[in-house]
Amino acid sequence: MFVNQFLFLAAVLFCIGVYGVIARKNAVLMLMSIELILNSVNINLLTFALRNGSPDGHTFALYIIAVAAAEVGVGLGLVLLVYRNKKTISLDDLSEMRG
Amino acid sequence: MNIFSGETEVLAPLATGWFLENAWLIPVIPAIAFALIILIGKRLPMKGSELGVLSMFGSLVLSAGAGYQWIQRTNSATEEQFVAPVIKSWNWWQSGGFEFGIGQHIDGLSVLVLFVVAFISTLVQVYSLEYLRGDRRYTHFFAALTLFSGGMLAMVLADNTILFLLGWEIMGLCSFMLIGHWWEEDANSRAALKAFFTVRTGDMGLLVGISMLYFAANDWTQENLGLSGFSIRGISAWALSGEPNSTVIMIAAIALFIACIGKSGQFPLHTWLPDAMAGPTPVSSLLHSSTMVVAGVFLVARLYPVFYVGLDIPGGGGNLIVIIGGITIVISAALAFVQNDIKRVLAYSTVSQLGYMMLGLGAGAWLPAVFHIFTHAFFKACLFLGAGSISHSASHHSFDMKKDMGGLRKVMPITFVTWIVSTLALCGVFPFSGFFSKDEIIDNVGYNGYNTFMIIGLVGAFMTAAYMTRATYLTFFGEPRGASAGHADHGDAHASHDAHDNHDSHDAHSASTPHESGLLITVPLMILAVLALSSGFLNATPFGESWERMKLWVEPRPAEVIEETHSGGPGESLIINLPSSEEGAAKTVCGSAQPESGVCYAPKLKHAPFKWSKAMISMVIVFLGIAISWILSTLLFTKRDPRLVGLTQRVKVLGFGHKLLVNKYYLDDFYEKVIVRTVAYPISRAAYWFNQNILDGILHGFANNTRKISEWVYKNVDQRVVDGTVNNSATFTKSVGTAAQPSQSGKVSQYGALLFSAAAVAALVLVIINT
Repeated sequence: MFVNQFLFLAAVLFCIGVYGVIARKNAVLMLMSIELILNSVNINLLTFALRNGSPDGHTFALYIIAVAAAEVGVGLGLVLLVYRNKKTISLDDLSEMRG
Repeated sequence: MNIFSGETEVLAPLATGWFLENAWLIPVIPAIAFALIILIGKRLPMKGSELGVLSMFGSLVLSAGAGYQWIQRTNSATEEQFVAPVIKSWNWWQSGGFEFGIGQHIDGLSVLVLFVVAFISTLVQVYSLEYLRGDRRYTHFFAALTLFSGGMLAMVLADNTILFLLGWEIMGLCSFMLIGHWWEEDANSRAALKAFFTVRTGDMGLLVGISMLYFAANDWTQENLGLSGFSIRGISAWALSGEPNSTVIMIAAIALFIACIGKSGQFPLHTWLPDAMAGPTPVSSLLHSSTMVVAGVFLVARLYPVFYVGLDIPGGGGNLIVIIGGITIVISAALAFVQNDIKRVLAYSTVSQLGYMMLGLGAGAWLPAVFHIFTHAFFKACLFLGAGSISHSASHHSFDMKKDMGGLRKVMPITFVTWIVSTLALCGVFPFSGFFSKDEIIDNVGYNGYNTFMIIGLVGAFMTAAYMTRATYLTFFGEPRGASAGHADHGDAHASHDAHDNHDSHDAHSASTPHESGLLITVPLMILAVLALSSGFLNATPFGESWERMKLWVEPRPAEVIEETHSGGPGESLIINLPSSEEGAAKTVCGSAQPESGVCYAPKLKHAPFKWSKAMISMVIVFLGIAISWILSTLLFTKRDPRLVGLTQRVKVLGFGHKLLVNKYYLDDFYEKVIVRTVAYPISRAAYWFNQNILDGILHGFANNTRKISEWVYKNVDQRVVDGTVNNSATFTKSVGTAAQPSQSGKVSQYGALLFSAAAVAALVLVIINT
């Protein structure tokens, strides 16, 4: 088992996700980046689950998939509402949280 | 059913059936009906009463089925074979090592009482349809009535003392609700409170008794039967095993009996029962015939081994139960003579009859006492419903015999005939049911060595006959008086002395002439009267063995049994192995010594052989009572004989006795003025003094000092230290906030970048630490 390859793939995906979250201006793309991060974590979990021969990691990954689906649903709903109110989904224009 | 095949013969398996196995449904139906009536009753076409009647009818069908199958079961057993009760129990809840079960214990006794309760409840509910029509709390009345019966049914088939207690308390609550049904009148709510608290006083005994029995019996029952110390079966076996410490079991029996004194209206806690007449008449009928007051008697009959051993019943001579029972019979019968309220006469008569049941149980006459529960339920329910019928249709809701009744026999023929039949049954005249049960009690009490109490029983029979004759005379004979003569309470002037003038008005509230009640009232009366006449033949000892059906069906046969527990089904179900028919093996009659093997659930009881000579004596006494009372009543109430009228004013001794009776032996005064005053008043006064002087002193001193301290604290600590700290920290926070403000750009990407860099730093730290 080449654990390293899996872990490497996960790390790459994670970095791409982080880059997406930070650099992208589009809210939908940011959500997609978050998905990437979550899935990289899933890959990590599965890797270690396979290595240790324990079902815990698989279970956890399944949970994460379910939660991620819900999260995307909520996130897209938010984006939709923001678009209706602001006519834009550019994150730079959404700075109401400024202190 | 497993069969234990003995050395010599194989005993037949006992018959069982669906109704026996599922008898636990009987109380569940009214419980569900109660919830439904409360929730949706008001929206139903008959305001929820149909649910009550239907549920009671359902329970009646189920208990009749159970009764039928129980009879088959006893018939399938041989003469001396132990007829195992059908027991089912489930684990209800567990707490700290205590297990509380819920389940059914179906044997002859519970089947009998289940049937009586369901039957009387059904009739009473039908009767209430008419009697309470238009009442402002009609729905709630039926809800409470249904729950009341449900509580009794649950108590009757309880397989353990906890469930028993539950049913017992449900009844206590419902009796409170029902007696105080018309709580707008002060007297009614006082009566309800009195009933509740008097019974509560006794209930303490039940709690004490149950816990004592649990702690005393649990080890033995767990070890030998695999049952908990709450199980009625386990407690019975334990009491007869010869194991229990005689002091412990005696105190437990006394504690339980105190509960029975409260619930069954025995002396000295009988005072609540006559006041319970404040409730609507159907409630009185149900409460006094089969439900509430029988509970105490039922408790003694149910846990009979505990009382049998604890109070040394086979010893003869006298024990707590017979003494209390005997006192109750005589004093309450005497009280019945001075009552003007027809329902109060019946109430004291109930108290007296309950005294008979207790007397019978206390003297080892288990079967006659249980049989008396059965017969008494029918004729007493009939009498109460008859009284209700009179007040409903003839006397303008008055129960006063002297003012508003008299001469009603021609106007209310059905009520009159049913009343007479039930009265004769109550007095114990030969072919009527009361004879077969009451005479058996008196007979057996004497046979078991309680001679003094047999005489008390006979005196009670004389008094019963006399006061019932007086009540009958006042109600149905003589000249109509007051409302029953057509005089309305509000002084309406169209006094029609012609009692035949019955214009058949169904509106009892506006009709001023007395008339017969409607079918919903008279049909239950007739059914009950037929049973009052005939139910005695179920155990007609005078006609020989073959007539003693009740003995065959109800009395436990005290053979030894060897038990085994089996787990199966939804809970633990008990499978009883039948007794080995070993000859000569230490057949020490269950109860008198510890059996060698197996256990025993009921003591072996003796039965007095029936003799016509003894029955004749009591019959003569009863007829004397009726005759003397009839003559005196005629002279006193109709002819107004000058020798009798005002006798109590002229003769000092009689006057004293009369005054004592009218004031109910001053027991109420004693409770309220002496006990409540001496106990409650000094306590409250002491509490007041303590409050005023000590507590207030402490409080005032404390307050003054506190004020001084707090002033100092305010100046020095609060203003300088606390406020200073708060102000400084606020200033600090403000400056930090100002400094950090630029980072709060409101841009999500920036926040994300901060978050991830922080996470990266944390990961780095983690890696460094772990390597």
